[in-house]
Amino acid sequence: MQSKSTPPPLWREEFSVFKNDERYVSRRQLTKFLTLTSMAMFVGNIWILIRAKLHGKAAPLPVSPVAKLGEIPVGGVKLFQYPQAGEQCILVRTGEDAYVAYSQKCTHLSCSVFYSQESRDLVCPCHEGHFSIRDGSVLQGPPTRPLPAVTLERRGDQLIAIGMTNTGAD
Amino acid sequence: MRASQFSKQSRGLTAIDGAMALIVILLMVQIWLLSATLDAYLSGHREVALPGALVSGILFAACAALYLFVHRLESNAKSDESQ
Repeated sequence: MQSKSTPPPLWREEFSVFKNDERYVSRRQLTKFLTLTSMAMFVGNIWILIRAKLHGKAAPLPVSPVAKLGEIPVGGVKLFQYPQAGEQCILVRTGEDAYVAYSQKCTHLSCSVFYSQESRDLVCPCHEGHFSIRDGSVLQGPPTRPLPAVTLERRGDQLIAIGMTNTGAD
Repeated sequence: MRASQFSKQSRGLTAIDGAMALIVILLMVQIWLLSATLDAYLSGHREVALPGALVSGILFAACAALYLFVHRLESNAKSDESQ
């Protein structure tokens, strides 16, 4: 016979044969599941914190020639890859002496944006997202983050890409 | 005797249901917090990562405390039944 001081075995706690106990067990198990889900959320926040601390300083981006001055007409565009091959960017000549460049990857679902001369902004054709040509900010549509902008510098008759802003890493 | 035991058990179950409802609310806040922190982090606002993690930790601690509360209520109810 089992003595009164001996705790009941685990299976008896988890698989109760009594109806009343079963109510407690099912509620406790659901509570356990919810608490573990809460722990998963906490771990997710810790992961973001670790990433933010580890990637505090990004490596400097390369300096790369983009185009020659006057190579494209006013309102024209040129596609180039920056900061590395496969990272498509778009250079737009917005005025006689004004150039801007942005990543071509939409911040919503990574479709390629294009320059619309009619609306004078950058348009994502997938979900009608519009970005300002002045600073890459979202004008309308589902994207919530601005387009990463390529920092340009003029050296002689060349336009040089020297870095990026709004990348999420700055 | 039996009626009072039933009433005690019923009260225990009500308390557990209340605790569970509270955990669900805390969990919804925590899910929102995680998505908001991730969105801000991807937008380049790294300064939100620390307060986000701290608040999430507090919410998790509250959920764990409520789980322990539920566990203790169950243990008490079972010990009452066995007596």
